[in-house]
Amino acid sequence: MNTPSDLPLWAAWAIVVVTLCGSLLALSGSLGLVVLKRFYERVHAPTLGATLGMAMIVIASVTFWSLSEGRLALKDLLIGVFLTVTTPVTLILLARAAVYRDRVEGNDDAPSE
Amino acid sequence: MTASAVLFWGLGAAQALLLLAMALAAWRMIRGPRAQDRVLGLDTLYLNAMLLILVQGMRSGVGLYFEAALIIGMLGFTATVALAKFLMRGEVIE
Repeated sequence: MNTPSDLPLWAAWAIVVVTLCGSLLALSGSLGLVVLKRFYERVHAPTLGATLGMAMIVIASVTFWSLSEGRLALKDLLIGVFLTVTTPVTLILLARAAVYRDRVEGNDDAPSE
Repeated sequence: MTASAVLFWGLGAAQALLLLAMALAAWRMIRGPRAQDRVLGLDTLYLNAMLLILVQGMRSGVGLYFEAALIIGMLGFTATVALAKFLMRGEVIE
């Protein structure tokens, strides 16, 4: 296995740029979590980092490990597949629990039927 | 600049951004105001921590960080589903 310093310079720049873009997406998702006013608006924000941000970092990671090990290293795609499957499930369960709680307490915040 | 210097500083900057994202998610988790906001903050915190560890694996060139990131992703999913179930029903296993 080669050390990371054996990567070509263009590959290093590409990996860094894609990772930075993914991190910025994750950061803007978390910023939305703080800035937005209602829960039903906030529940949308983290999906920025969970979908495109995660995908960009995973692609950068696949590129990095494929180049530094000299073979196709696709194991990082496991994280991508797993998160793509689970993120909608968790958020829909959480949103339904929030709707249920708001309706039981009679808050105006809950979306109508 | 050599490739290793580009990776060291660039991925370090990405890690700083992800740390800031974790801090914002932790702020939402602590401030609330309601339980579902805290669960959402915890979910985002897990996700950003997983991405941070993935980037750390690239930065250090150690492959073991991948397993840690995978486990954090799986535990985060389980934890959020269990907490959402608890918010809905008041118990996790009926």
